[in-house]
Parts: sequence; structure tokens; C-alpha cells
Amino acid sequence: MSLWVDKHRPNSLNKLDFHKEQAAHLKKLVNSGDFPHLIVYGPSGVGKKTRIMCLLRELYGSGVEKLRIEQHNFTTPSKKKMDISTISSNYHIEVNPSDVGNNDRVVIQELIKTVAQTNQLETSSQKSFKVVILTEVDRLSVDAQHALRRTMEKYMATCRLILCCNSTSKVIPAIRSRCLGVRVAAPSIEQIGQILQSVCKKEGLSLPLELATKIAKKSNRNLRRALLMCEACRVQQYPFRPDQEVTEPDWELYLKETANLIVEQQSPKRLLEVRARLYELITHCIPADVIMRGLLQELVKNCDGELKLEVVQSAAYYEHRLQTGQKAIYHLEAFVAKFMAIYKRFFEEGIADLF
Amino acid sequence: MHAFLKGGSAALERAKEKSASSSGDKEEPAKKTRQVPWVEKYRPRSVDDVAYQDEVVAVLKKSLQCSDLPNLLFYGPPGTGKTSTILAAARDLFGPEMFRNRVLELNASDERGISVVRDKVKRFSQHTASGTRPDGKPCPPFKIIILDEADSMTSPAQAALRRTMEKETKTTRFCLICNYVSRIIEPIASRCAKFRFKPLSEETLTKRLLGICEKENVSCDDEGIKALLRTSEGDLRKAITYLQSASRLKVEETITEADINEIAGVVPDEVLDDLIMICSSDSYEKLDTGLRGLINDGYSASQVITQLHEKLIEKEDLTDKQKAVIFEKLAVVDKCLIDGADEYLQLMALFTTIMHQICHG
Ligand SMILES: Nc1ncnc2c1ncn2[C@@H]1O[C@H](COP(=O)(O)OP(=O)(O)OP(=O)(O)O)[C@@H](O)[C@H]1O
Ligand SMILES: [Mg+2]
Repeated sequence: MSLWVDKHRPNSLNKLDFHKEQAAHLKKLVNSGDFPHLIVYGPSGVGKKTRIMCLLRELYGSGVEKLRIEQHNFTTPSKKKMDISTISSNYHIEVNPSDVGNNDRVVIQELIKTVAQTNQLETSSQKSFKVVILTEVDRLSVDAQHALRRTMEKYMATCRLILCCNSTSKVIPAIRSRCLGVRVAAPSIEQIGQILQSVCKKEGLSLPLELATKIAKKSNRNLRRALLMCEACRVQQYPFRPDQEVTEPDWELYLKETANLIVEQQSPKRLLEVRARLYELITHCIPADVIMRGLLQELVKNCDGELKLEVVQSAAYYEHRLQTGQKAIYHLEAFVAKFMAIYKRFFEEGIADLF
Repeated sequence: MHAFLKGGSAALERAKEKSASSSGDKEEPAKKTRQVPWVEKYRPRSVDDVAYQDEVVAVLKKSLQCSDLPNLLFYGPPGTGKTSTILAAARDLFGPEMFRNRVLELNASDERGISVVRDKVKRFSQHTASGTRPDGKPCPPFKIIILDEADSMTSPAQAALRRTMEKETKTTRFCLICNYVSRIIEPIASRCAKFRFKPLSEETLTKRLLGICEKENVSCDDEGIKALLRTSEGDLRKAITYLQSASRLKVEETITEADINEIAGVVPDEVLDDLIMICSSDSYEKLDTGLRGLINDGYSASQVITQLHEKLIEKEDLTDKQKAVIFEKLAVVDKCLIDGADEYLQLMALFTTIMHQICHG
């Protein structure tokens, strides 16, 4: 049985539940049988991929839904072999180049060339081009981005790119200059509430408005998360109760507890305990930036104005180091240590002032 | 790996053949011609078409007259005509038939390690080129190797190139193109005639854009054009892409400022003004909510700081000292974003700094 998130994924532009106006625009864009390279961006869980697949369906028909997963082998100039898996139909191919780390450039070079040069499209279809979807473009190495520049122009006649990412900040200007940007905003709390209700209706369930709103608020405008939480509520009990508890994912509770431990006591011993917990989170594949944001959010609740400022600055500082450094744990731990120092100093100064 | 040999020109040729053959056919010629995006459709075909880059055009024209060419190095921001110019010049020099034999285009997507530079470039440049065309007309007795996106070549590969450049001066001219000239090693740069491609002036952009509007039969009001100028920052390719996209979205309607701003991902003024207002309220919680909203709406942090910079620089109720502190932070944040740091954290760091400066600075 598939999850609601997958089961109720809309499959055509007409059926998209929010940003209908944008969907209509996209429809017009492909209706002439053509479109420029696209860069689709927005926060995670807002349905960028869903939107892209709807677009392709509009363009090529239901053939794009016949997907197959393939393994491709590439050899780098230094004779290193690597594998990458792709998802493709007769009309498009999707790949996440960051799967192969720093060798992403080779993958892009080879893949796009092969796609662009195999003119295996049946002549019956009106389209003279195939589509290459590159996901997580914001994690692409600069080298790979440079390699895309002229390629995008040269093979334009036979190949269109759809780049997908959370933010365009990390995409070099020369690539942005070659694409049409499509911004996908997260749905509002009300929209999420409505979607939850309509999904439940399709499941033959009735979801009280109050509970729908409660879940929507807890989701931080992340639709995927909202649907998962809603389904979890269903598992918990049915019929739904309006005042039913909405459980957050385990790891979030764990992270909150961790933050509390930090506020409770500032000592080397505590730091060691916290370190073990951070490791635990990392081994459960919680991304380091998510941990950092989560910690910050909890920690500042215990600080006053000036202190908040200082804590935010150091969170930003250590998260940046984390991105450029090698191991996340060093930098997370450094942040915690820093926080402990700031926090303790603040209190000691406060007490000293009393006397 | 031999792909590049049939590469660009072949693809272009194919596209041309297609549009040529289909316009003869009965099957909807209009549909086929529409398949060429405007950026390609309006790519200059001859050096005369190149707008605004007068200096390089003058030099190239002179070279065209006496059929000789120095080694060239073109550099400048995206969409200012670098690639177009050299392709157009090569076409003017050799004509469409000879183009394929005489021009080798290697770009960053082709393998360009040391060995490739040594072998491929050498093989291509070795054979002397004759001074006549097949039809007997005279043509320049050399070949051109275009190294597009040369800034992504490694230094050893560039060093290898340097020797090749020296050896093959009789038969081959090199044209290097890049966005960042500082990444080209000095010995190469000093062997080339260097040309900087400037961001196109508003006047030139306007003229080009209006020209396209007329030919494509789209209408775009003055404010729309102004928005294009603002968002493209002298990048004609970007301006044309935006214009074409807008025209698709608004079939048979006039394109307005709002359309362009939406396509370009511009953060609405009210949103930014709101955030600055929140900063004066000295409330961390409000700021947190505001920024989360902004990020959830999908606006990119780099866009936010570009616009914020423009706004704050003119803000009269900030002292110079306050501005200095804020902009210093802004620069740090900009760099961190490029390094891949988290957007929420960086924006929080920036906006809390602004808040502190406004309320306690
Ligand atoms: N100076 C110009 N005159 C006429 N058209 C131009 C000019 N500059 C850019 N264009 C238009 O923009 C498109 C892209 O230009 P071009 O490929 O030459 O840019 P570039 O300088 O090579 O950019 P990049 O650094 O991103 O490779 C062209 O197809 C053309 O439509
Ligand atoms: Mg170029």
C-alpha cells in the first residue's frame, strides 16, 4: 500500500491543488509545443517534482509515466569508475548528479551529450527534443555548473533541461541567464488544510476542520510533512477527534530534548552527552543544517534580546563552516560549546551584577 | 568523445535543415519555426549584428578586411555577446560551408585535460589550411580554435595550451572566452588581444527588445521594458528569455512590469519594506516569522540581499556608521551563501544585525 503522499499526487497541471494560476501559466508555456530551459526552485516538500511531471505529461502525454530505473556507468578521465542511477521514460531522463559527489561534471557531460545526440524519438511525436531533469542543482559543483554553460546552448535543438533546487543562490549567474525561473512557493496554512481535507475525502474519511488546521500549522507549510502527519493521525485513531494529539516525528522530539539538556547545564560532561545525541541524529540521516536550525530555534527561547543576537550569529557562523568543512559533527559540537560559553557568561555576569 | 567534432555547428546545421525542410512541407511550418528559442533566433549572424561591443567589432572588422586575426581573449559577464561574436566572425570569414572544417569549438563540457589539448588541438591545427575556398574565392589561410568557457580549464591544461599556441601560429588562431579573466594564466593572456565585453547599456537593450517585440508581434508596455532592464542587469540573453517567457504566459495581452518581476523572481517591495519595519520593532520572534515566510515563499536569499542592498543604501534614517556595519555583514553573508550555507540562518544573521543597528546602534 502506498503512502498518501504518493497515492494522491496530482498527475496533470489541471489537477494541481494550489498555485493554480502558475499551473495555468505553465500550461500556456508548453502549449506551443516548446519551452526554454527551466529552473524550478522553492522550499522542500512543496511539490516541485510533482509540478515538473505534470508539465511533462502535458507536453508528451501519458507516455512519460512509464518509468524505468537504470544504472549508468561512467569512467572519469582518471579512469575511476562510477555508477549512477537514473529514472527515465521515452521522453525524459532524471538524474541527481550530486550522487556522485565531485565527479558530477563527468556525469553531466556524458549524459546530456548522449541524450542530445540520440535522436531516437519517433517522428510521430511533434517534439524534436527530450528533457533532462537535474535535481538538487544547488549541490552541483561549480565545475559542473561551468560545464553546463555552453552545453545548454549547443544542444538546445534536441534537449531541454529542467533544473530543480531549493534555492537559486548557489546557481552561477551564467546558468541563471540561460533559464526561465519558476518559483514554487509553499502553500499557505489554509491551502494545506484544504488539501488534507480533500485527500481524506478521497480516502473515504472525514477530517474535522480543526484538526486539519492544527496539522497544517505544525507542518511549517510543508505539504509532504503535513500529509505524513495526517496519515499518522489516521493510524493513531479513527474516527478523528478535533482535539486529537498531532505527534511530531520522533527525531524532532529528540532534538528538542537535546536542546533542553544544553540549557539545563553547561559543562564538559554535558557537552559529551550532547555530542553523543548529535551523533545519533546524524546516523539517522537527519541533515546537519536541519539539526542546526532546530537547535537554534529551541535555544533562543531561553535567551533575551542581546543574547539572541549573539546566538544567531554563531549558529550562522558554524553552519557555514559546516558546509565548507568535512565532518558535520565537529561544527555542531563547536556551536553547542560556544552556546554554553555565551550562556554561562551571561548568567554569571547577571549574578555578579546583583552584588 | 568525438562528439564535439560534429558538436555545435552540426547541431545548428541540423536545426537549420529542419526549419528549412519543414517550411517546404505542408505540415504546419509555423509550429516548427516556433521551436527555435528567441535567444538563438536573434543571435547575431554577422559581426555587424553585434550590439554595443564597438571596440571589438571595430578590430574584428579590420581583421576581416585583411583576412587576418590575432589570438583573442574575450571576457565579461554572461549574455553580453562573447560566444556570438566569435561565431559570427568565423562565419563572416569562412562562409557557412567551410565553417565546419575550419572552426573547432571546445567548451567546458568537453574533456580538456592536458592530453586532449595536446592531441586534439594539435591534430586539428597541424594541417595547413589553403587560402582559397572550394569555389575558388579567397579565404583566410588559417583555422580557428574556440575555447569557450576557458576559465574552467585547469592551469596545467592552460600551460600545455600555451606551448601549442606558440607552435601553431602559422596555421591556427585561438579565441579564448571566459566570464572571469583572472582565471586565465598570465602567459596566455599576454599572448592574446584582450577584449572586455561590457554589460549592455539600457539604450541598446531597449532597442533590441523593442525590435524583437515588433518582429514577434508582442506588446510590452514601458514599465515592462523598464522591469526587463532592471532585472537583466545588462545581460541581453536573460532579457530575451524573460521577454519570450512573458509573451508565452500572456498570449495576446500586453506584458507588464508585474509579469516580468514574477518571472525574474523579484521580491515584492512591500515584503522587503515589511521586513525592515519589523527590524525597527526589535522583536526577534516577529523577524523569525517574517523570514520563515519569505523563505517558504521560495524567494532566493541572494535575490533578497541584492534588493536589500539597494534599499538600505538610500535609507536616510541610517547613519553612515550603521550602514557600514550592516554592509560589512551583508558581504560576509553573500560569501557564505555562495559557499552553500543555510539561507535561513544567514538571513537571520543579517537581519538581526540590521535590527541591532536600527534599535541600539
Ligand atoms: N552584444 C550583443 N549583440 C547582440 N545580441 C546579443 C549580444 N549579447 C548577447 N546577445 C544575445 O544574447 C544571446 C547570448 O549571447 P552569447 O551567447 O554571445 O553570450 P556570452 O557572452 O557568450 O555569454 P556566456 O558568458 O554566458 O557564455 C545571443 O543569442 C543573443 O541573442
Ligand atoms: Mg558563451
